[in-house]
Amino acid sequence: MSFPWLTTLIALPALGAVLTALVPEGMERVAKRLALGASLVTAALAITAGIAFASDDAAVQFTEQYTWIEAFGVHWALGADGIRITMIVLTAVITPIVLLAMWREAEPEGRRPKPYFALLLLLEAMVIGAFAAQDLLLFYILFEAMLIPMYFLIGMYGGPKRQYAAVKFLLYNLLGGLIMLAAVIGIYVEAVQAGEGTFLLSDLIALDIAPETQRWLFLGFMFAFAIKAPLWPFHTWLPDAAAEATPSNAAYLSGIVDKVGTFGMIALCLPLFPAAVQELAPAIVVLAVISILYGALLAIGQTDIKRLIAYTSISHFGFIVLGIFALTSQAGTGATLYMVNHALATVALFAVAGFMISRRGSRLWSDYGGVQKPAPVLSGSLLFFGLAGLALPGLGTFVSEFMVLVGTFSRYRAAAVFATVGIILAALYILLLYQRTMTGPARAETASFPDLRRRERVIVAPLAAAILAIGFFPKPLIDVIDDGVQPILSEVGEADPTPLLEGGSE
Amino acid sequence: MLTHTGSVQPAEGVFSATWLLILLPLVSAAVLLLGGRRLDRAAPIIGTIMPAASFVYALVLFITMVGRDAEARAFSLPLWDWFAVGGYEVSVGLQLDQLSMAFVLLITGVGSVIHLYSIGYMAEDDRQGRFFGYLNLFVAAMLLLVLADDFLILYVGWEGVGLASYLLIGFWQHKDSAAVAAKKAFVVNRVGDAGMSLAIMSMFVVFGTTAFAGVFPAAAEASEGWLIAIGLLLLLGACGKSAQFPLQSWLLDAMEGPTPVSALIHAATMVTAGVYLIVRAADIYDLAPAAQTAVVIVGAITLLMGAIIGTAKDDIKKALAGSTMSQIGYMMLAAGLGPAGYAFAIFHLLTHGFFKANLFLGAGSVMHGMNDEANMRRYGALRAAMPATFITFAAGYLAIIGVPPFAGFFSKDRIIEAAFGENFLYGFAALLGAGITAFYMTRVMLMTFAGRKRWAEDAHPHESPSVMTIPLWILAALSVVGGLALLYIGGGIVDWLEPVTGEEHHELPIPAVALTGIIIAVVALGIATAWLVFGRQPVPATAPAGSFVTVAARKDLYGDAVNEAVFMRPGQYLTRSLVYAENKGLDGAVGGIAAAFGGLSARMRRIQTGFVRSYALSMLAGAAVVVVAMLLVRLP
Repeated sequence: MSFPWLTTLIALPALGAVLTALVPEGMERVAKRLALGASLVTAALAITAGIAFASDDAAVQFTEQYTWIEAFGVHWALGADGIRITMIVLTAVITPIVLLAMWREAEPEGRRPKPYFALLLLLEAMVIGAFAAQDLLLFYILFEAMLIPMYFLIGMYGGPKRQYAAVKFLLYNLLGGLIMLAAVIGIYVEAVQAGEGTFLLSDLIALDIAPETQRWLFLGFMFAFAIKAPLWPFHTWLPDAAAEATPSNAAYLSGIVDKVGTFGMIALCLPLFPAAVQELAPAIVVLAVISILYGALLAIGQTDIKRLIAYTSISHFGFIVLGIFALTSQAGTGATLYMVNHALATVALFAVAGFMISRRGSRLWSDYGGVQKPAPVLSGSLLFFGLAGLALPGLGTFVSEFMVLVGTFSRYRAAAVFATVGIILAALYILLLYQRTMTGPARAETASFPDLRRRERVIVAPLAAAILAIGFFPKPLIDVIDDGVQPILSEVGEADPTPLLEGGSE
Repeated sequence: MLTHTGSVQPAEGVFSATWLLILLPLVSAAVLLLGGRRLDRAAPIIGTIMPAASFVYALVLFITMVGRDAEARAFSLPLWDWFAVGGYEVSVGLQLDQLSMAFVLLITGVGSVIHLYSIGYMAEDDRQGRFFGYLNLFVAAMLLLVLADDFLILYVGWEGVGLASYLLIGFWQHKDSAAVAAKKAFVVNRVGDAGMSLAIMSMFVVFGTTAFAGVFPAAAEASEGWLIAIGLLLLLGACGKSAQFPLQSWLLDAMEGPTPVSALIHAATMVTAGVYLIVRAADIYDLAPAAQTAVVIVGAITLLMGAIIGTAKDDIKKALAGSTMSQIGYMMLAAGLGPAGYAFAIFHLLTHGFFKANLFLGAGSVMHGMNDEANMRRYGALRAAMPATFITFAAGYLAIIGVPPFAGFFSKDRIIEAAFGENFLYGFAALLGAGITAFYMTRVMLMTFAGRKRWAEDAHPHESPSVMTIPLWILAALSVVGGLALLYIGGGIVDWLEPVTGEEHHELPIPAVALTGIIIAVVALGIATAWLVFGRQPVPATAPAGSFVTVAARKDLYGDAVNEAVFMRPGQYLTRSLVYAENKGLDGAVGGIAAAFGGLSARMRRIQTGFVRSYALSMLAGAAVVVVAMLLVRLP
């Protein structure tokens, strides 16, 4: 038997979480270092797994399958395709960076740092599990279970209105999960009727479900994912959660945890319900375009830096959803790459916002100004990751955004044109944020801002390097992702439009 | 059918390292920007040597290219695969041909001279590393723009120069005005860039590729509707970068940047990128006459607008900025004329690169000697105090207004002729522009160097150090002989570019010599008028009220007012109402649904105050629901 890569990648952070929680009181430093160590080992292992995956041609690798609840056909079934391995490596790499950003966040107001670190590791294990799951019920359980650590992270460590934000987060996502549960049961019924009760994804994808039924099941899944990834108009929990959570938790929430939603759309909805996807894709494309523009306009109007970043994420999730439902190779691969790039850029933006807030004690941009003078590296970081947010060519985000746009344009011209307006709005919200906080004359409150410290530089440097590397040399990553996207698109049965000069139709 | 990129061959020999042109300034940009304050003292040297090294290499390439047959002067150099998904393959590669060679020489040559000048101009600034780092970043991005062999790679350079421009306009970002101007430039450019990206997407939809080698030869097979759409979208991009109507408003504000930046980026090189784009896409425009007409009209409107704005500005840099808009308008007009004008557009672009860099650096030298005063009403009689600046500025002045045999005369004359060859109206707009140019440039000249002193109390004008005057002499020499040299040495610029741009000649209704005579007469009229107003009588130290034309011109012909009324204020209103509705309406509605869920919300909040156990219990209850539901399913 080959090495159980995926089980190990789930077990390591879970074990780390338990050990961190077991560290005796009063040894907070040990607990933090233990948590960071566990996440670093996980990251190293994930990168090794990623390299091993890329050097093998098989579409699905690292498969493991054990019967869990035989009566219902539930399995501990894991496996990675190009999309899944990308998301797993991303999660494993981002986690230690976020843990490092969390280093001092729990200390004010005498909150205990130990559960703070343990919960994040637990969350990591669940997210990796959800990405790796090849069994629908396993996915569903992890999808729901990850609400628990996230709920506590927001509710125990966030800002003044954290309780409200945490409950709102939980209610929205529980509601989504409830509807999705009905759909999960529904698809199980289909499996039973087809002869065998099973939750194995490979079996469920092979089912031939009537288009009528597909529509309802698809909507059930999509509802949950549209809340999680927030798509307009199901998005209103995110700005509150992101504003009240600590900057690092906001980063992990919108950078990693929410990606389970978009991941669910491309990796579950598309192959499970091809007929419904073909039928309803245009409607979702419209919602996605609204999200892009609405999120961007709302971002421009924010006064709270963290809410602003949350709204930019809503705009970016719009791009990801647009790419997924444009149903072309470029858009689908671009959307998946967008998930990676958005995670890198947003985690970095929230982290930098956190550095600012820890210095000034305010989330409002009106309390800043002239910061570039005392803290050039801090302001340079905000600008760099802001430029990544507005998808400047040369940075990774551009590649994914352009692929989404060009792939969408080849099928939905008007949607792509409206989405392109989003790139103008992106320039506005990013540069306004930079202008208001960093430029202008130095102010008394900001004149003595210390520049980035060593720990803070260690946080931003790898993110910047990754964004540049993907910007210039995206091909290896794109090839891996594309290998995962192609089978899904052929499952849906939509071929890429042919260029007009090669016989394509208008 | 004429194809402008017929014979591109794989790069060999000295051409196989063309990437070095870009890499040299890019490396020094990275070193200077990451090196921080430690490198501030070495920055001017490193930052100037690297683009100069690029220039030397460019000269070697140029000389080698000249030694080859005209058909064998274009090279392609693939570097690495960027991405390939579902039939859309983009590889990072360079194409060096006669057109990009001309740009490379301009960018690295004039660029190096301006870097040299910056050593003196920025000597007092305490952030040299950052300044030279940004300048080098600009040079690298601009070189990528003109060397790319795929529209998507070109777009990387295109936005790269936009970034460098943003960083440099806002270099003194502790001033609010500089920060606002920088943002405005980037955002307005992004409007153009949105057009550019849509053009690239359209190319993919039509041709299945965005590489020059795939798009241009196939253009003839595409439908005219798509070609016009692509042409107009590219034009939108060009309008943004080249500050052409209706995206011109950022350029005047961009003068907030240090003067060498205005010379290099906002006069000699970056703002001409739109002209490059249109000439490069000649294969598309030649087949889309409607798009060509749009280019000509944009050029004609902007050349008059810029000239009129130039007549009323008291800030010397803003007067020159209006002039830049106007001169690029000439180039656009020429580029819109098709093969009859492409070569002249590039010809004027090159001579303009010389004399406008010369004029801006001269203006910087004046400001340097006048405590950074930019208001020409506080100048006067500077001829004696700054002789070198005066003589070199005069050379640029004679070149821009088109006095024979200075550089601008030849290039502008050719454009006006070509415009008349196409259509009387185009020709008349260009001719009128020449007269206004003579007027506003004479005004600048007289207000700055002639007349009486109107200096501020503490002004002690002095000549700039030689590190600044040597660049002025070099550019002045080019302003004097550049036109003649480009036109007549070897086969001249027209023959040089012919394999890329094609050539076509329209017959004029009157002999060319007669037209030249008319042009010179109109220029003379412009000079005379300016002399009557600003030479014969003293210049008031505060601006008089002026006619409605003057007032409109001072306000940039209400460009900003229109933008504010049409986009900014409605946009702000929309944003504010959406924020309001989001906080009150949408969130409330969805929140209400949640609350209606059996008062769950209130109950949750109560649980919230409890212990971890209650959460564990509620999750357990949830799990129980799952199991029960599944048992029910199993029953049948």
